[in-house]
Amino acid sequence: MIREALAGKRIFITGTTGFLGTNLLERLLRSVPDCEIVLLIRPGKRSSVDQRVAREILKNDAFDRLRTELGKDGFAEMAARRITAVAGDVGRDGLGLDEQGRATLASCDIVIHSAATVSFDSPLDTAVEVNLLGPTRIAHVLDDLGVTPHLVAVSTCYVAGNRRGSAPEQLVDESPFFVDVDWRQEVEGARRARRDAEARSRTPEMLADFRAQARKELGAAGGPLLSEKTEQLRSRWVADRMVEGGRARAASLGWPDAYAYTKALGERALADNKGAVPVSIVRPSIIETALAEPRPGWIRGFRMADPVIISFARGLLKEFPGVPEGIVDVIPVDLVSAAIIAVAAKGPEPDIEVVQVASGSQNPLRYKRLVDLVSDWFLEHPLYDAKGQPIVVRKWSFPGRGRVQGQLQRAQKTLTRVEGVLAQLPLRGKQAEWSASLESKREEAEQALGYVELYGAYAECEAVYGLDRLLALWDAQTPDDQRDFCFDPRVIDWDSFTTDVFLPSVVQQARVRTTPGGRTGPTREERLRKQVLAPERQLAAFDLENTLIASNVVASYAFLATRRLPPDERLRFVLQTLAEGPSLLALDRKDRSDFLRLFYRRYDGAPVEQIAEDSAEMFSRLIIAKSFPAAIRRVREHRRAGHRTVLITGALDFVVKPLEPLFDDIVAAEMGVTRGAYDGQLTDVPPTGESRAQALMDYAAAHGLDLRETVAYADSTSDLPMLEAVGFPVAVNPETRLAALARKRGWLVEHFSKAPGAPRTLVPIGPRRTRSGGLANPLVPDGVA
Amino acid sequence: MPRPGFVLDVDRSTPPILFHHGEGFRLERLPAGRSRVIYPAEPLEALKNPDQAIRDALANPIGDSEPLAALLKPGMKLTIAFDDISLPLPPMKRPDIRQRVIEAVLDLAAAAGVDDVQLVAALALHRRMTEAELRHAVGDRVYDAFAPHGLLVNHDAEDPDNLLFIGTTEKGEEVEINKRAAESDLIVYVNINLVSMDGGWKSTATGLASYRSLRHHHNVHTMRHSKSFMDRHHSELHSANWRMGKVLRDSGVKVFQIETTMNNDVFGTEGPMSVLQKREWEWNVKDRISFTAMKAGLDRLPQRTRRSIFQSWQAPHAMTSVQAGEVEAVHEVTTANVYAQHLVPVEGQTDILTMGLPYISPYNVNSILNPILVACLGLGYFFNLYRGKPPVRDGGVLIMSHPTPWEFHPVHHPSYIDFFEQVLAETTDPIRIEAEFEKGFAEDEWYRHLYRTSYAYHGVHPFYMWYWCAHALQHLGQVIIVGGDTRAVRRLGFKPASTLQDALEMASDVVGRDATITHLHNPPILMADVS
Repeated sequence: MIREALAGKRIFITGTTGFLGTNLLERLLRSVPDCEIVLLIRPGKRSSVDQRVAREILKNDAFDRLRTELGKDGFAEMAARRITAVAGDVGRDGLGLDEQGRATLASCDIVIHSAATVSFDSPLDTAVEVNLLGPTRIAHVLDDLGVTPHLVAVSTCYVAGNRRGSAPEQLVDESPFFVDVDWRQEVEGARRARRDAEARSRTPEMLADFRAQARKELGAAGGPLLSEKTEQLRSRWVADRMVEGGRARAASLGWPDAYAYTKALGERALADNKGAVPVSIVRPSIIETALAEPRPGWIRGFRMADPVIISFARGLLKEFPGVPEGIVDVIPVDLVSAAIIAVAAKGPEPDIEVVQVASGSQNPLRYKRLVDLVSDWFLEHPLYDAKGQPIVVRKWSFPGRGRVQGQLQRAQKTLTRVEGVLAQLPLRGKQAEWSASLESKREEAEQALGYVELYGAYAECEAVYGLDRLLALWDAQTPDDQRDFCFDPRVIDWDSFTTDVFLPSVVQQARVRTTPGGRTGPTREERLRKQVLAPERQLAAFDLENTLIASNVVASYAFLATRRLPPDERLRFVLQTLAEGPSLLALDRKDRSDFLRLFYRRYDGAPVEQIAEDSAEMFSRLIIAKSFPAAIRRVREHRRAGHRTVLITGALDFVVKPLEPLFDDIVAAEMGVTRGAYDGQLTDVPPTGESRAQALMDYAAAHGLDLRETVAYADSTSDLPMLEAVGFPVAVNPETRLAALARKRGWLVEHFSKAPGAPRTLVPIGPRRTRSGGLANPLVPDGVA
Repeated sequence: MPRPGFVLDVDRSTPPILFHHGEGFRLERLPAGRSRVIYPAEPLEALKNPDQAIRDALANPIGDSEPLAALLKPGMKLTIAFDDISLPLPPMKRPDIRQRVIEAVLDLAAAAGVDDVQLVAALALHRRMTEAELRHAVGDRVYDAFAPHGLLVNHDAEDPDNLLFIGTTEKGEEVEINKRAAESDLIVYVNINLVSMDGGWKSTATGLASYRSLRHHHNVHTMRHSKSFMDRHHSELHSANWRMGKVLRDSGVKVFQIETTMNNDVFGTEGPMSVLQKREWEWNVKDRISFTAMKAGLDRLPQRTRRSIFQSWQAPHAMTSVQAGEVEAVHEVTTANVYAQHLVPVEGQTDILTMGLPYISPYNVNSILNPILVACLGLGYFFNLYRGKPPVRDGGVLIMSHPTPWEFHPVHHPSYIDFFEQVLAETTDPIRIEAEFEKGFAEDEWYRHLYRTSYAYHGVHPFYMWYWCAHALQHLGQVIIVGGDTRAVRRLGFKPASTLQDALEMASDVVGRDATITHLHNPPILMADVS
């Protein structure tokens, strides 16, 4: 009957890029062969609506079954014949439709509205625009067009709010527990909250805070990057406020979150605005993995329960609140699609009709049962940690939400504190990696906390959703329809669904390690390394200090300055340099180029010839002695691969001159010369921070090289501008902050070290030249700068 | 009268035997009844008055040569070439033999009114010597007189402006040496003949040559046909050098060769190290205590500190002979003098040869004995210290003891690092290595730059180290390193063992349970004369 009822109909669907929408579209295409479908698609920034349909919908593996049945060409032909895409957006008044789109909508017989922002933590105003006002906007357009197709709006069971006991299929305001609020005022309130948060975030105090935080995160990364980060932090702050606002407002009115709250008020608004349009509301509970259609275990995206389950299986989430005998109301997505189609086929009722699609009242899945099934399954199919060892899951004790939150908050605080201490230490390389891993531990704890806050309410929800209408509808179906469009929740066998369908699909979706032992294929590092050295790359840019050599400008100065000092003077020099260390380090951390300018003044008056002679010796004793052989080998590998190589460093040109044969070019700091002696003044901005990035860009431009095909090696966050400017950034022995960033962004991290057995010195002292004199400025022969 | 070297048959009363083990030692009990130990001779007596002996040698040349004084004339161009940091081992106490000889030569040159004199360290493809090392070798007086004027230099085998192509041998080997030396009216070569491989035409034809010239005899083929390279008359390495010497002589290059030999008094007769020169069953209570104390102390020190202690050791070894004149005639006498100190008659071959490798080889003075040098010291130098046939039979097992740390000197051995990481990771077969990798390393601009301006061995040098092992690798059935870094030993293609007992157990798979064992009690240096 369903097929016949929908034959020749034009069905308008919103939200087909989503989980439910994709499943619904597939079902209609496959099981209702004679209907036409119009999709409302939001145009992408760079792609047209047709491209989005092809890429984001029809490419999905949901359609594999149909593609196999029809053949590739047959499928394409069918899709072209039956699917029309119109550009529009439920978040905009008039749905953002053009004239042609309006005409197409006017020609439809049925409108299925499944677009929503389903994220439980979407900002309040976004949820309001889409979830609350979306259905109303559709009704307005239809009214405007003077047409009355059957509008099937997808909502959620949770509009019933936090309550115990039965929640029948009735309109929101028919419930005795409904707190009567005017949805118009809620809309206004949400919009105002956004304006207030925006205004607040722009106050000088807040902006200073963001700036300080950005500096803490990025270090001396230079102006432009800091500004970018600051703005990012500001808008994230505003978004966080809006999320918080949504959660608070929902809770104050008795809903678990902003999603349920806006959906509930959306139903109210639709009732007020539907005009002559006949409306059905379908309310699923928590939609999960497909039971059978298009295939058992089909899923799109990472669903709500999935991250929680994966965190549990990875041993990150050790407890989760919930009532053991409580009901987890889950419904497979294909049952929801079938129910929607059945409602559409049946046609509208005179009044708004509410149909709930849930499992709790007829075929309950108890929370304890689910947890047992999950832990049994993971005991049998454990996930594996990075070392190839199986992870053993814990038994949950079903504590209250408060206790779990307390534990997680404490863990998070401790980790944050330790992290703060570590960030103060001058760590590099492996230690810094360790500290970065601490950061990801902290983030994991935060994530777990987020899940508990978000989903805890659902695990604790004890409402039982009535299914009278759904079951009546089911009974009215013909046997054929019952076979082809199953939406009877009583058919689900939770044990086999969980262990055979649901969990395998969750694990597969999460891309976690499910096999023991070491990996066989190339590691991620090896893959990235191969990319970096691929012949298509054009340019490789290197930093010097801590990237190629374990040395710095202070060390080279110390070498040159002590080379001609008598022994007792050398000792004094060493002590003095050590004493100055901390203040120099602090200045360097604050602003690299200021530090260099100040420090290089010490060369004032140094004879050019003497420095050249001593630099040649320093090449062996300091530069090569403290070099990283693997880094030097890497430079040479780049050259062999046909890449251009360039050294961009804040070190002085005479220090790096002996490295010339290693590189095609060297960009270094240069000092002015007067009467055969250096004047201690840099002739140009030293290439550090953003000017290093600029130097690289200029260099690439001058040689016609593509930055996207450029590899850059650097060790510190002050090099972020350069690293971000290129297509293939490599963090070498990164300090803590850079290690964390590199990890997040998936950059290649290299640990280059000095040759094992290389000489070690605290302050490098030049081997003495055979000429002496205790002088005020050790570099100047006459002692007068 | 010093006692000659001899072979001890190990019985149940034999005390544990000393094995050198890098910057440390092991005492190992060898299986009684089937083991023997080859002991070196005690140090020969040193010349009473070395300076007088030198003057006498210069005045009374050997072979077809006039006395040096007669060869020196005003206005002539004189080049004094001398052996580099690789000799002697360990470095000797001041004054170095080279200083004594060079000062004597310079006295004669000054007396003859020669004013165009240049000194050159004949280092071939070795690293340049530092100021301190040069000062040690030639003395401060000579250094200060010549170095500031650029007249005391390190040979540069990659300097296109200071190399001269001389000609080719009858076998097509190209001869190219230091131009200043080749164009001099006279080259005076000052040699220290530590082992029988040194000296003769190898001094000039190798020490002053370029890569173009060296590659003709520094290769796998030559080394596999030098049995051993310590025995000139059975060494293809030396035959090639002698052919090149002929080309030099025929082209008019005139060499006045001064060769010296020294005794093997490496550890002295006083101090804690002296025990290392005594035979174990002759250790008295004081020796035992000082050895135990030294070993305990060393074991507690970090590797770095131990290395610098050992590297600062300057041996008291002294000159036993000096001879000067025509190259080949001089070298015959020199070789006889070297043999007098080193040769120990040994009867027949053994199944398993054991050796304890010390901390030093020709290529890590003031540096690190990296794994490649460990291989070369054992399979190149110690294995080849034989005349007649190798002390271990064909297909036998070599067990060496050395910590073999995965460590490299970044300044001295940059190309070794890459050779170890890239070449040996690929293959340990000398033939493949030579065919596939040598050219790339030898002609590499960066290695060339480091060799010329820094203190790096030439890019091709690690290959030579591996070729030096080629004869042993072909001859042996298995190589085991006791107490080495497992990863490094495996990279070399050898088997790691934690104790000598384990190593012997492993060797039994190759040579059977009742295999005979011979231990080479070196250093002090000895050379097995195997009949």
